[in-house]
Amino acid sequence: MGITIAGVSKRFGQFQALHPTDLTIPTGSLVALLGPSGSGKSTLLRLIAGLEKPDTGRIFLTGRDATHASVQERNVGFVFQHYALFKHMTVRQNIAFGLEIRKASRAEIRARVDELLELVQLSGFGDRYPSQLSGGQRQRVALARALAVEPQVLLLDEPFGALDARVRKELRQWLRRLHDKVHVTTVLVTHDQEEAMEVADQIVVMNQGRIEQVGSPAEIYDHPATPFVMSFIGPVNELSPRSLLSCQLPEAQAGPHQLFLRPHDVQIEVNPNSSGVPAWVKAIIHLGREIQAELVLSDGGSLWAHLSRDQYASQPLQVGQQVYVRPKVVKAFPLKKNDKKTAMTPLATAGRSPMSLGA
Amino acid sequence: MQQAGFQLSWPWRLSLGYLFLMLALPLAALIAKSSSVGWAEFWRIATDPVALSAYEVTFVTALLAALVNGVMGTLTAWVLVRYTFPGKKLLEGLIDLPFALPTAVAGLTLATVYSSNGWIGSLLAPLGIRIAFTRLGVGVAMLFISFPFVVRTVQPVLQELEQEVEEAAWSLGASRWQTFWRVVLPQILPAVLTGVALGFSRAVGEYGSIVIIASSIPFRDLIAAVLVIQRLEQYDYAGATVIGTVMLGISFLSLVVINLLQAWGSRHET
Repeated sequence: MGITIAGVSKRFGQFQALHPTDLTIPTGSLVALLGPSGSGKSTLLRLIAGLEKPDTGRIFLTGRDATHASVQERNVGFVFQHYALFKHMTVRQNIAFGLEIRKASRAEIRARVDELLELVQLSGFGDRYPSQLSGGQRQRVALARALAVEPQVLLLDEPFGALDARVRKELRQWLRRLHDKVHVTTVLVTHDQEEAMEVADQIVVMNQGRIEQVGSPAEIYDHPATPFVMSFIGPVNELSPRSLLSCQLPEAQAGPHQLFLRPHDVQIEVNPNSSGVPAWVKAIIHLGREIQAELVLSDGGSLWAHLSRDQYASQPLQVGQQVYVRPKVVKAFPLKKNDKKTAMTPLATAGRSPMSLGA
Repeated sequence: MQQAGFQLSWPWRLSLGYLFLMLALPLAALIAKSSSVGWAEFWRIATDPVALSAYEVTFVTALLAALVNGVMGTLTAWVLVRYTFPGKKLLEGLIDLPFALPTAVAGLTLATVYSSNGWIGSLLAPLGIRIAFTRLGVGVAMLFISFPFVVRTVQPVLQELEQEVEEAAWSLGASRWQTFWRVVLPQILPAVLTGVALGFSRAVGEYGSIVIIASSIPFRDLIAAVLVIQRLEQYDYAGATVIGTVMLGISFLSLVVINLLQAWGSRHET
């Protein structure tokens, strides 16, 4: 087994950063820990690395109990958001650092560093200092440095967080290809759901120090286990139980439920004979590969809808136009008792802000 | 734009004029005065055995004091940055005291503690170690007045050093000691050297406290600055300026060397 975490928890003062958690990460897989800040994902990663000591539980790395092993003994590769390169060393010296600590021979170090420079596509940059490299190049050096010691596991803490959008996208595709080549068990911490879905085999969704769901990107998106996962992964409309849209649904009649509707599952019709709920187009935003419409229902609630370019071309909408809305797929989660109060507030259909739609 | 070379801005003129009046002119005057005695005479006064011994006492003791403070000051800065403890604020203030204290007061304080009937001096006397009125006393005074420099130059650099860089070294297998030696120290070295240079210059120039704690006997604990005063008291102005000029030269050279070291220490910063 790659990494096994059994009942591990961590508290910082009054703050329970991680509740007792169990998780198994298979050898050779690439797993993303995904969650908002403060969800405990970085804490879990640092616990695996040995940079923090767990309050309870045990951590096993490749079958061996590493709970009480120091960072140095665990043989993990750790990559930080802000690179954490040794500024006073050249790229070569940075990559060679772990090998020198392990007292490898000069010839061995030279060969390994050359090989890694090749791997991270930085041959020819070996004699530069980190300050002479771009952000993307620095993070590749950090990755090469971590891989140099042939770690049992590779741990990446928001590795692309400090890079601009284009470089980030390039680097994560590159990381995916690299992992297919190197096959080291890799854990990636990110708050970016798109990044997690693009790179990882398995996603561990975390919230408030707990694991919400573990699954493949498709499972997480299509079958979210909790309302949090539903609303954190991908854009979503939350429907008020009193909304006109909810009233037609069997789930709403069965008892208190939390209801979610993906913007791309909103069917918009212009035919006045439609049985849909009447709504008005309030705004139209072109997001490039799709068109986002903000709709106001006749009960006052608002709703986001995403239309493909083809849909929009065959049925253009105008601001102020009357349309009829029908939900294609609604995801319903039975409400727990203590959730009732928040769900019953007359927030109508609280759509998420366009900024967080992540389209 | 064509006149840019001739019509210089007033801050430039003002600071250059200030530098000339306050720094270059007095130094030039010193050198001019000392050279008025002629080369042979200059050489004779400059290499007089008493003067040679005074240079040695001054510069070697100052260097040793600066180096000791380089280590202790770095350690103190480390403690101040990395640990929280009651009374930390008070200690922070205490460290700057040698900056503010008149040097004569510093000398008095040290003499009280280190004289053979002082708190520390009385403990060391039975062991045959005398501090006051010996070269050791000169060293103690130099340690005292140059201590804050290294702490104050290293502290901000240590504060800015990312903890993550150390964690990266640990994850690569480096022990805490290897991490300090190979990762932390090289990054704070330019600051340590700056602190050592400042402390050294300050120690070389120290007069007030040393004249109290030392006996100022030639070949024992006579420092160059006191020798200059002694020459002046004997109305030997030429002798005083010659020794002054030699001190100036040596100080200047050591600063150049330390600057080169600093440039080497920060070669990775482009």
